[in-house]
Amino acid sequence: MNYALAIVLGLVAGVLAGMFGIGGGTLFVPTLILLGLSQHEAIGTSLLAIVPTVIVGTWRQSRYGNVRWRAAAVLGVVAAIAAQGGVALAEALPASTLRRLFAVLLVLVAIQIVLRGRTSAPSPDAE
Amino acid sequence: MRLVLIGLAAGFFSALLGVGGGVVIVPLLLLFCGFEARSATATSLAAIGITAVSGVIAYAIHGDVNVGYAALVGLPAASSVGFATALQQRLRTRTVELLFAGFMLAIAVWLFLK
Repeated sequence: MNYALAIVLGLVAGVLAGMFGIGGGTLFVPTLILLGLSQHEAIGTSLLAIVPTVIVGTWRQSRYGNVRWRAAAVLGVVAAIAAQGGVALAEALPASTLRRLFAVLLVLVAIQIVLRGRTSAPSPDAE
Repeated sequence: MRLVLIGLAAGFFSALLGVGGGVVIVPLLLLFCGFEARSATATSLAAIGITAVSGVIAYAIHGDVNVGYAALVGLPAASSVGFATALQQRLRTRTVELLFAGFMLAIAVWLFLK
């Protein structure tokens, strides 16, 4: 039953990624916790689960000409280096702290989705 | 320079919390770099791929990566993301946005109470 739910939440995460540019991790982490992984395992596993999603998402978006490659390369390389610091801190923090931080993040994401819908009107330019 | 700062913040929070970093990158690209919504989303996705691989390697060293479970949630997501990307080109559904926002809040409450 939980496996079926995991697959359904995976599908929903993909929709979220495609529509809002969020890699899907916001749903992967709670799903993996539901499946019984520890907070740290859920985080590490979520990052791996993100990879196929973003590869497909990037490929699709690039066909629409939406990707700015130079900016993406700068962001990606800098972020990859900074990620090492994030992992080091996560490994030093207790699971309960990480779980609460994650809950705060979800609230921020919810607010962001609502605000973005209000401020950015549908743009007809397909570039 | 702004891109470097955004990248630093995104990479750190991405790896700390196990999310892609798009949560950080997309609004900052919109606010500070003058990106249009779709190119911010798309550029963020491309950057996230590199970031996630870096985080995975570090977590794998600590034994915190479960490949089977990653496939269980990651492969369905990869199959639906293309569909959603196509959908995004055509419509902006306020209902879908509010549904997602509500869903996120529900999960946040669950995690707090857990």
